[in-house]
Amino acid sequence: MAIDTRETVSLETSGISPGDVSLRAARIRRVPGWLRPNLLWALAGFLIGYIVGYWAGDFIAGAYPVAANSGTNNVAVVLALTFGVIGWLAGIGVLNYPLQKILGLDPTPAVPDASFARYFRLTEDHKVVGLQYTVGSLLFLFTGGLFAMMIRTELLSPTTHVFGPGTYIEIVSEHGTIMMMMASSIVVGTLGNWLVPLMIGARRVAYPRIEAASFWIFMAGYVVILSAPFLGGFPTGWTGYAPLQTQASAGMDSYLVGFAVIGIGMICAGFNLAVTIINYRAPGMTWGRVPIFVWSILATCALLTLATPTLVVAGLFGVLDRTAQTGFFVTEHGGSNFLWQNLFWFFGHPEVYIMALPGFGIVMEMLPVFTRKPLFAYRIAAAGMIGVALLSFFVWQHHIFQSGINPDMRPLFMLTTELISIPTGFLFLVTLGTLWKAKIWFEAPMLFVLGMLFNFLIGGITGVFLSDVPVNVTVHGSFFVMAHFHYTIMGGLIFAFFGGLYYWLPKMTGVMLNRKLSIAHFWTMFIFFNLTFFPLFFVGILGQPRRVFEYAHNLQTLNDISSIGAFLLGASFLIFLFNFVWSVCIDRTPAPPNPWHSLGLEWQTPTPVPWYNFEHTPVVLADPYHYGEVDAPPVADLGERGGATSSTSSPTPDDKDRGVDIRPHSM
Amino acid sequence: MTTSPKDTSEAASPALRGSDDASHWWRIIAIWAVLSVAFDVVWLNVVGPHVPPGRMSDTANGAAFDFNVLIVMAVPVMIAIWVYMVYAVVMWRAGRGGPDPIGGERARGNNRVVTGWITITTVVVLFLAGFGTYELVQPEGAGGGQGPTPLWTPASHNVLQVQVIGQQWKWTYRFPSFGGFETNTLEIPDNTTIAFHVTSLDVIHSFWAYQLGVKADANPGQDNVAFTTPTQLGSFTVRCSELCGLWHGSMFNTGRVVTPLAFNAWATSTEHQLAANTAVLAPFAYTYTPDANGADGGYYPDTADPYSPVEQYGATQPAGQ
Repeated sequence: MAIDTRETVSLETSGISPGDVSLRAARIRRVPGWLRPNLLWALAGFLIGYIVGYWAGDFIAGAYPVAANSGTNNVAVVLALTFGVIGWLAGIGVLNYPLQKILGLDPTPAVPDASFARYFRLTEDHKVVGLQYTVGSLLFLFTGGLFAMMIRTELLSPTTHVFGPGTYIEIVSEHGTIMMMMASSIVVGTLGNWLVPLMIGARRVAYPRIEAASFWIFMAGYVVILSAPFLGGFPTGWTGYAPLQTQASAGMDSYLVGFAVIGIGMICAGFNLAVTIINYRAPGMTWGRVPIFVWSILATCALLTLATPTLVVAGLFGVLDRTAQTGFFVTEHGGSNFLWQNLFWFFGHPEVYIMALPGFGIVMEMLPVFTRKPLFAYRIAAAGMIGVALLSFFVWQHHIFQSGINPDMRPLFMLTTELISIPTGFLFLVTLGTLWKAKIWFEAPMLFVLGMLFNFLIGGITGVFLSDVPVNVTVHGSFFVMAHFHYTIMGGLIFAFFGGLYYWLPKMTGVMLNRKLSIAHFWTMFIFFNLTFFPLFFVGILGQPRRVFEYAHNLQTLNDISSIGAFLLGASFLIFLFNFVWSVCIDRTPAPPNPWHSLGLEWQTPTPVPWYNFEHTPVVLADPYHYGEVDAPPVADLGERGGATSSTSSPTPDDKDRGVDIRPHSM
Repeated sequence: MTTSPKDTSEAASPALRGSDDASHWWRIIAIWAVLSVAFDVVWLNVVGPHVPPGRMSDTANGAAFDFNVLIVMAVPVMIAIWVYMVYAVVMWRAGRGGPDPIGGERARGNNRVVTGWITITTVVVLFLAGFGTYELVQPEGAGGGQGPTPLWTPASHNVLQVQVIGQQWKWTYRFPSFGGFETNTLEIPDNTTIAFHVTSLDVIHSFWAYQLGVKADANPGQDNVAFTTPTQLGSFTVRCSELCGLWHGSMFNTGRVVTPLAFNAWATSTEHQLAANTAVLAPFAYTYTPDANGADGGYYPDTADPYSPVEQYGATQPAGQ
């Protein structure tokens, strides 16, 4: 049984009387908004920190050799970026609470804030953090997408023609790193933060300040990684292999610091949600009733918390190699380049599932709604995600099969890698079982669900090819790998994410997105995604390595098809962007309280969701998958003045008033 | 987790529903079987014989064979799921205008389906792992880099040692059995097992002899061994397949498989031609340490070589080491 949270009516007021809080809240409100911590102060803090750090680094290590190929000193760059991040966090107000506690002052109380400016501030409202993450992740996604189209522009011709090799490799590296940073937070940060407390009947998250900080750390990572092109870029791709890393110019420091910063943000985000899910479930929200999306977030958060520290430590080693001239990754100095490869992939492979599991959670959460059926084999679904999460720690060496590692590791890692397809297969079993004799309702989210299943199947099956060592000899490091993981991440996670946005944005923003534009977005994205990446399997198997700017002339046709697909895929995101901006900012068609007739607890709250989510901590009575039952039990008792109706499977007269279709069911 | 009884509102007796279920199953299985058999037959006869990386060596042959086995197993799995999805979309779509509030069948699980699924996936996965391991062991490590201590070594003692040295951004090759001369062109004899000793002078590269089905990372300070036996004459492409910096994209050249006779003639004459160069080169070793003082690209042999117990697979250091 979850902890009873009914006592936590007021937040963070220990030792302060309620009257005191409102008094202080009123005093805070009198301070002009721009003087309180906000995004502008964060930017200013970054600049100040950068300058101070740069000066300090030059002061300490000005006499040491400068960074390769540039006039700067590595110590100065690393300290500048680190201090910049600290300045950024100070500017946004992350440090206020801990400093106040350390100095024995009363912490500033969190006050409800309904102004638009709250989106540019540190906030303790998980719903605001969720929307901040949504915009931030889309910013990451579109930045990375622009880099992707630059890559495809260069690959239109088999010889170098637009960018020089140096610029090209910087673009490739920026694209990979930004996308990986984005993909690790795009569901946990956005939908996870927004929905999990509502889905488990909690009135808050466990660590609201850590959650808010995780978002601003995430955005600090964006600033740091985008500083790389201004520092000469980095040539290693997102994998950052040493010793290329060790000899690279100052942009490499942005990669190492940026990834470590993002890593800390990922740990914070994962830890907060894991603790929330374990401890803040409403009474009656047993493990057998937890929505499947919450299971997927729990598995993901376990990975975020346990795998990411390895990345942070590896980044620290890299920074030490480059600044303090240590030799962790330098063979001639007694280190080993295999150390980086192992540390990186020990994080990197769980990272792959950090990017896959939430997509499955979204898909399995939406399927019952759009098939009007209970989720098939719920326990198998939960077991599959836990199984994938556990096994993902034991497969990392399949990334380095040909690297010269101990050869007798190869059959073992081939076996574990192929074993992981069993729990992954559970997820297909669940989705296909749910489709059996369904009443499939084709709305935009459902189209994304089917698209995700189609794409992820290709991505998953090609993963089996990669795990087979003899085939891996040919396809490792080729465009085949690249197409494979774009099918799983882009075709799986990003498709699921957009499906989830179309599904939950009416709740998050209170407005409906335009249906025709949503469906147009799906079809363009689905077709052009496949047009972009399917030819790349052939390109890879025909011998084109990854990250090259020159390739064999006979592969030009396939590459050009892929490039054209990529530009059109980029255009399809413009449809989404237009739809989003137009629907949310201009059109503002109010969404019905429960446009998809979902039984999920999150849909039983009023729109907009109040600051504390539920007026009373709900008492959960059933799992949210009782579709197809005339007398479906209400999913929860929301107290005397709950929000929307709690049972949607039997239409009520209210539905008619709200313009919901209640035609008598056929059959 | 058993199938829940049907709602009376959908007025169907259990027996009727059972036959209905069976007809859905049989239709899906029939469509799947026809499509899968058709695909596999077409693949094996039309595409299969030409599957990359071709038939130029035993390792390439093994990779192509594995690829074909995986295709004929994996594509039917994909077809099964796609047929099912299309069937579901066609047969079980709701009417226009909105959801049917009552919805589809209430099945929350089905023990037979679940057990069947888990059994089939487990059997397939274990078979693939066993098959992959056999294929990895059987043609001397499937052409992959096995590190300094190869586990799967060729039966033949007639192994030609070829050293591959990666550096930013070119490949050079040394032939220890011909005085350790170093060239930019790679020629190897037909029907002879080759041991590629791949190493690097700076960052990680990856030696990818595409048509030979050989790939081995070049690590500084490590001797990474990969075996192959060419079975056809012709030329093959060597590319770097691990990102190694600025000119990674143009780090490639071409090698040739020639007859043993032609190879001997080429190697002996090149040894004589390059004798003066070989004399000033670092003596042959399995790994080298780059010359930290000179910008001339010089390097020293790693004389203390704890990583290369060469006796294991018949290679010998040239005299003088």
